[in-house]
Amino acid sequence: MQIKLAEALVQCLEKEKVEVVFGYPGGAILPVYDALYNSTKVRHILVRHEQGAAHAADGYARVTGKTGVCMATSGPGATNLLTGIANAYMDSIPMVIFTGQVPTIQIGTDAFQEVDITGITMPVTKHNYLVKDPRKLPEIVHNAFHIASTGRPGPVLIDLPRDIVSQTIQFTDSGPMPLRGYRPTYRGHSFKIQEVAKMIKSSKRPVIYAGGGVLSSGAQDELLELAELISAPVTNTFMGLSGFPGEHPLFLGMLGLHGTRYANLAVTECDLLIALGARFDDRVTMKLKEFAPKASVVHIDIDPAEIGKLVNTHVPLVGDVKTVLKALLPLLEKEDRTPWLHRIHEIKEEHPLTYRRNGTLKPQFIIEQICRLTGGEAIVVTDVGQHQMWVAQFYKFHRPGMLVSSGGLGCMGFGLPAAIGAKTGRPERPTILVTGDGSFQMTMQELGTMMEQGLDIKIVILNNQALGMVRQLQQFYCEGRYMATNFQFHPDFCQLAKAYGIPAYSWNREEDVLQALPQVLATRGPAIMNCIIPVEENVTPMVMSGKGIHEAIEC
Amino acid sequence: MRHTLAVLVENNPGVLARVAGLFSRRGFNIESLTVGRTESHDVSRMTIVVDGDDQLIEQVSKQLHKLIDVIKVRDITAEEHVDRDLVMVKVNADPNQRVEIMNMAEVFRARVVDLAGKTITFECTGNEGKITAFEESLRPYGIRELVRTGKVAMLRGSRLPGAGGSWSAE
Ligand SMILES: Cc1ncc(C[n+]2csc(CCOP(=O)(O)OP(=O)(O)O)c2C)c(N)n1
Ligand SMILES: [Mg+2]
Repeated sequence: MQIKLAEALVQCLEKEKVEVVFGYPGGAILPVYDALYNSTKVRHILVRHEQGAAHAADGYARVTGKTGVCMATSGPGATNLLTGIANAYMDSIPMVIFTGQVPTIQIGTDAFQEVDITGITMPVTKHNYLVKDPRKLPEIVHNAFHIASTGRPGPVLIDLPRDIVSQTIQFTDSGPMPLRGYRPTYRGHSFKIQEVAKMIKSSKRPVIYAGGGVLSSGAQDELLELAELISAPVTNTFMGLSGFPGEHPLFLGMLGLHGTRYANLAVTECDLLIALGARFDDRVTMKLKEFAPKASVVHIDIDPAEIGKLVNTHVPLVGDVKTVLKALLPLLEKEDRTPWLHRIHEIKEEHPLTYRRNGTLKPQFIIEQICRLTGGEAIVVTDVGQHQMWVAQFYKFHRPGMLVSSGGLGCMGFGLPAAIGAKTGRPERPTILVTGDGSFQMTMQELGTMMEQGLDIKIVILNNQALGMVRQLQQFYCEGRYMATNFQFHPDFCQLAKAYGIPAYSWNREEDVLQALPQVLATRGPAIMNCIIPVEENVTPMVMSGKGIHEAIEC
Repeated sequence: MRHTLAVLVENNPGVLARVAGLFSRRGFNIESLTVGRTESHDVSRMTIVVDGDDQLIEQVSKQLHKLIDVIKVRDITAEEHVDRDLVMVKVNADPNQRVEIMNMAEVFRARVVDLAGKTITFECTGNEGKITAFEESLRPYGIRELVRTGKVAMLRGSRLPGAGGSWSAE
């Protein structure tokens, strides 16, 4: 069949079962948009800024487990995607990105809207392609989806020169071609798995340290089974949150910089640390030398390069967390470990995660109320800052994959577009965006997208009228010299909501929240809740830089 | 310790940039890197010399292996192998020193590739140690210009880097 390459591309997307593409058009990608015009299977969602397209594809991928797809034109369209691509890369999110490119003969001539996007994105993609041979396109597209979604997932970019996608070709869909340099290991080495079983049996004080890999491999059931079987408490990394039930007696909450005191103390006291799909990030370990000082380390991860990168591992085990746990569980026996669990109970009692109520509207209180009203079952999307940490600490997740947040990159502005992507992917799930007044102002133009798509997203702005997280750093590290962190102008978010036709509320007392929140959450359709909270509220516990995690301060 | 990595890569545009970018981004120092064609038209071979402890080399190998275009990585340092480096060197040579210099070059089996009024240009191949020794012995005469290709290496016997070895695709 003779068809335009752009049409072939759309057919490949259909074959990959792509239902939604988030994007923004332009000259170089025009032929692709023209081909999308006729597709009945691929829906295009027009964002308001390309960064939003990438974050939306990211949010979509996180809640559906499918590969998110976004596209933009060449030059500024492509560079606007960059932050979103880097975000997906840092958090290992499967994503395929299409960018327009100037015609082949103009490449390298500084043509209008030309940027070397494959060059620019090399460090932040799992792989990328510049299509030069039109016949190769189907193979490239299928391989891109394969690479993005297997092994340690990540973004893959395909750059499409305009003349190439305009060509007419004899289209035969070859499907994916074997990649001899890419064969991820899913099944763990059986000898190593036996070794892990032995270490678990001889351990007296094990702790499971579970990261985002648990969620991307869908291993939450196996994790729960493991923890209950061997009576090991579980701590989550930020990316791992929602991978273990938030109210479970074995749950220690998040560890690290703003982790619970008891998670950090348990890790410090444990004699065996079982790392599952986690990468010993600096925000987790803080002073590396003092991290889990008494522990032997078992590290199970699909990415061999993560094992031994930062800490010495006693048993390195390359494989998919779910597959490995399935093989490991039958080798284990029920253990009670009463003394260790008793000790865990003790440190939980001694150092509970709390906050001081003093009559003002506390952000932690708001999160607790949201958690109560949604039963821990909503999709919770956050931005980056203090509000993000309060969600991590006080929202008790009951369903896997329900926290959508920028972990590795810590990217302000992720929230609203990611919420749009998440709600698009799982329209049946209540979706709540918890954002900060700073982060929200980075991508609030996407309110237009939200309204255009008729998405029911509840937006809670924890408004401390400041870049709170950085303000907190300045309080601790700069003796209170608040340089450029207290906004001098505060937009009226309710008026802004009005401009988009969104119902809005402003609250500054606990009673306001108690009275109005249930109603707002129960009402269909979007809403913006502007919650004025005290600027001086800090995220605690906190481990000062250069300290070990056992030395956290509570303030 | 210096390690020699034999790396088989897809002969795709941009593969050198991917490898070079990886080294600079992760702060690994390349002592030398050569790249060239192999027996199959779609595979290129890099020989990369890196200085570092075992842990660093392991990390370098694993990171290289994550690149989709990298087919095989093998640390051949501890294995029986032959390696060669090629140098071209232009050295000052007054007519009265010529014989002396050429006799000395003979010891290294270097060949004269160009002769001019005041300089001689040699070509010499050998393992790195020999090339370095040759370079040092010419230094007193005044080296005008010098270029080394960097090391290429191959396992001895009938073994191939593509088969077995460490950090290969599992
Ligand atoms: C794009 C980007 N720029 C800067 C930062 C640094 N940063 C981290 S948190 C933060 C403040 C966030 O303010 P806000 O969204 O109001 O959240 P709050 O901490 O006040 O809850 C800043 C500036 C960042 N993470 N991302
Ligand atoms: Mg703020």
